[in-house]
Amino acid sequence: MHPATVNNTEHLIEFQAIGKEYKVGDTTVQAIRQMDFFIDDGEFVGIMGQSGSGKSTLLAILGGLNHPSRGRVLLDGLDIYGLSSEQRADLRSEYLGFVFQSFQLIPYLTVLENIKLPMAITGVAAKKQDEMAMAVLARVGLADKTSRLPDQLSGGEQERVAIARAIVNNPPILLADEPTGNLDSATAEEILSLLHQLNREGQTIIMVTHNPEACCHATRTILVKDGTCTVQ
Amino acid sequence: MRLSDISFNNLRRRKAKMVFLVLGLLIGIATIVTLLSITESMSRDIEDRLDRFGANVVMTPRSENLSLSYGGITVGGVNYETVEFDEARLPEIKTIENSKNLGIVAPKVLGPAMVNGRNVLVMGVEFEAELNLKNWWQLHGTPPAGPDDLLLGAEAADALKLAAGDTLAINGRDLRVTAVLAPTGAAEDNLIIVDLHTAQQLLGKPGKISLVELAAFCRDCPIEEMVLQIAEKFPEAKVTALRQAVMSKMQSIELFRSFSYGIAVLVICIGSLLVFITMMGSVNERTREIGIFRAIGFRRGHVMQIILLEAMVVGFVGGALGYLAGNAIAFAVLPLVVKNGVFAGFNPTLGGVSLGLAVALSLLASLYPAMKASRLDPSEALRAL
Repeated sequence: MHPATVNNTEHLIEFQAIGKEYKVGDTTVQAIRQMDFFIDDGEFVGIMGQSGSGKSTLLAILGGLNHPSRGRVLLDGLDIYGLSSEQRADLRSEYLGFVFQSFQLIPYLTVLENIKLPMAITGVAAKKQDEMAMAVLARVGLADKTSRLPDQLSGGEQERVAIARAIVNNPPILLADEPTGNLDSATAEEILSLLHQLNREGQTIIMVTHNPEACCHATRTILVKDGTCTVQ
Repeated sequence: MRLSDISFNNLRRRKAKMVFLVLGLLIGIATIVTLLSITESMSRDIEDRLDRFGANVVMTPRSENLSLSYGGITVGGVNYETVEFDEARLPEIKTIENSKNLGIVAPKVLGPAMVNGRNVLVMGVEFEAELNLKNWWQLHGTPPAGPDDLLLGAEAADALKLAAGDTLAINGRDLRVTAVLAPTGAAEDNLIIVDLHTAQQLLGKPGKISLVELAAFCRDCPIEEMVLQIAEKFPEAKVTALRQAVMSKMQSIELFRSFSYGIAVLVICIGSLLVFITMMGSVNERTREIGIFRAIGFRRGHVMQIILLEAMVVGFVGGALGYLAGNAIAFAVLPLVVKNGVFAGFNPTLGGVSLGLAVALSLLASLYPAMKASRLDPSEALRAL
């Protein structure tokens, strides 16, 4: 990490005057006008808004994947966009776990291999990798499906594998983008309960959703509308 | 889980793509190996034929005077004192540095003799060496073997009205005609060819040699160096390489080789293009996957490593199978292409080159797709999610 980018802050994440515009042909689209908020360690924050409100852009900026047009994102006091793209890759590996929309598992890797994927670049020994992967699989209730390929699993099971992959490296922050978007209500409730359980065990979770019911499990909700946000 | 596991699993579980890539390289390498193997066998065959064609070095006595012959017509009137070699010194030829390249050494003694009132040219030879050297000679009769046997040139036989089985007296010694040479269109048509030592006695030149013809059996032999080495041993001799024979041999081989290399380059280009297109397609298909890799913390180098390792494996498998297939095809096709062609056998160097070439080709063709993949902006890649 770049020492010059470390700032004093009491929050785990700080969004400072973030704005984001896209160029689409000759037109400039304002995805985020201005957002300021913070998230503390151990919180379960729901980011809620309609489609096109800018909530996924917000999550991508939070995850170090999308450079904001202005403002700063501080993670543990570190300005993440003051880092090079390779340093941000290291930061994602160390600090962040992603649960993507539609699970996004690697189709040619088994459940166990998908879960071990983030460890392929961390230098953890093979035996230790297996132990860690089996431990998270047990946490998400899929210990008996290690050798299945993703297309041999139900939607709920795939979501559980995606969550297991996101937390296997024990990242301080879990980012989830519409984790219940492709699931029926019963399975969605199971997944939200799992996330709630993880949060109770100390995991910081930031979840993007358009479903108000999903935010019932969150300790705090950030409402996103027309590129601005309101913290509730 | 290591990065290599991702590569291997991708190749294992996307068999169709893997087979397609391997097949592309296999065909390319197999074509190259087949062509080079056939060319090698053809080259050897041509070299053997050319080597069998006759002498490629001639050693004659050095003369201060210029030749008075042109187009087979000699302007006579002046007799030169002819210098000849001592037969006893002949074994020295075999002591030159490149003696292992020396094949046949065929000494000759030449001189005129009166036969049936005609002036004829008698040539003494070592029959075994001579017949090996001039293997295009067609004999009507049995090959001469003993000191009293002789071989008649076609025109000499006509002029003297002799045939195989007749007896001919030369300088008072009766010799038996064992065979008559079929016309060759060359100087030997007019010759009476007898045993070397018999000729030395008949011509009054005991222990003397007029000229020596040498055949060097070699692949790309250093003919000019051999000429210099012989000339050093025999300073009194004029040693000449028959460049035409050597050059034509070299040219034939080079022509085949150039043809093969030309085809090989073409096949390499097509193979590279195939790998490039397939890899580019694969990278485009895997945009989503690469976005996930980058999002969970993979560096650019990690993404490149995954793709290049896949390319390396494909190259290795394609190269190995291509080498085996190429040899099998060469083995099967060779008898159809080269009459009495013999498969030159597995060439380990060619095997190494095939593997190296296939891996290098695959890596090179995958380099741009891998770089493109590694440079994918994770946020752009994730939009495909």
